[in-house]
Amino acid sequence: MLTKRIIPCLDVKDGQTVKGINFLNIQSVGDAVELGALYAQMGADELVFLDITATHEKRKTLSELVTRIAKHINIPFTVGGGISSVEDVSVLLNCGADKISVNSAAVRNPQLIHDLASQFGSQCVVLAVDTKFENGDWYVYLNGGRIATPIKTMDWVKEAVNLGAGEILLTSMNHDGTKDGFALDITRAVSEAVNVPIIASGGAGKMEHFTDVFKQGKADAALAASIFHYKEIDISDLKTFLRNEGVEVRL
Amino acid sequence: MNVVIIKYNAGNIRSVIYALERIGIQATISDDPDVIASADKVIFPGVGEATSAMKYIRERGLDKVICSLQQPVLGICLGLQLMCAHSEEGDVDCLGIFPQQVKLFPPKEKVPQIGWNDIFDLKSPVLDGIKEHSYVYFVHSYYAESGENTIATANYTMNYSAALHKDNFYAMQYHPEKSGDVGEQMLRNFINL
Repeated sequence: MLTKRIIPCLDVKDGQTVKGINFLNIQSVGDAVELGALYAQMGADELVFLDITATHEKRKTLSELVTRIAKHINIPFTVGGGISSVEDVSVLLNCGADKISVNSAAVRNPQLIHDLASQFGSQCVVLAVDTKFENGDWYVYLNGGRIATPIKTMDWVKEAVNLGAGEILLTSMNHDGTKDGFALDITRAVSEAVNVPIIASGGAGKMEHFTDVFKQGKADAALAASIFHYKEIDISDLKTFLRNEGVEVRL
Repeated sequence: MNVVIIKYNAGNIRSVIYALERIGIQATISDDPDVIASADKVIFPGVGEATSAMKYIRERGLDKVICSLQQPVLGICLGLQLMCAHSEEGDVDCLGIFPQQVKLFPPKEKVPQIGWNDIFDLKSPVLDGIKEHSYVYFVHSYYAESGENTIATANYTMNYSAALHKDNFYAMQYHPEKSGDVGEQMLRNFINL
């Protein structure tokens, strides 16, 4: 049976892992490749590397990092952060990335999703959506959650899947960093609305939150960062817990 | 050990090279028929679309080269599908090494299947030392039917061929190069055939 995936997310800046709490207050926690390899050993099903380097050296440092990850890590990984062109993606896939995630650039230019899917295949195109609940609905935010848009999350996700997005990484800004649990309602609504896998993100604090997001939220995968980085939850313990709760996981 | 990876218009080659490096093998990438034919082992990887891949392969005469190989050949993911008789993806005739039809998953579950699924009914030297119901990493929308050449089965809405074997030809729908220690064991088994 296809299992639910546990995905640690490593925010990287200049090749080092960082994690922002509510997208702010960055604290450094270590080498990205070393941490990724450790997670793979502990039973992580995939890894996401989100590059937040803002300098003009970004492309070079990111492709070097992706090469290093691909050489050392024997599970799939996704790379995201500021990807805005077919050329960016081509470089990263050639360095050994399995998937790439696009976010703001795809909202500004939805055709990008179609271009990426037709050139590289939907299986490597992950659409990342930062979403916030306000005034009675869920809306799409850009630039790491700094810029609001009038676009409703459900509308955008459906359009993106029609354009060729192969997977949706959905981050609730209301929940991110709170450790109060994932956004179950929007996760479930999105999962039921489109026929591609949904990765839920934002709000993991306890093992029970993962059970909830898989059972009630109907997520196919769950992503978290700080609880793994700060060893609040051990990935192998989490997977044993989930199996005992009746959630299919790879052990 | 001279291992050659067939170069064609499909991605994912880099990951295979790195996985082989991790088990101590330096592979060569080539689309030169002579280089491919003289290899000890040939790997036919690929992530991509069947029709454009077959067109590319035929234009360069790689179809005849692959079918005439006598040494162990390992197809991975799209490589497995192209080694079958026909694919629904673009309604294209493939290499016909295996008699299987390649079909699109019905939309009962999410398509593509992405993630770790277990494989069972294992029977082949290339799967030596692999436990029944081991997990491997799949990413695919099309599947090869089960049949007499099936050496590993997976279930996603139905049972289908996770791996195939006939004579010197082996193929895996999942990605051994991305399937952790289990996948590396399979690659080692293939290299040691």
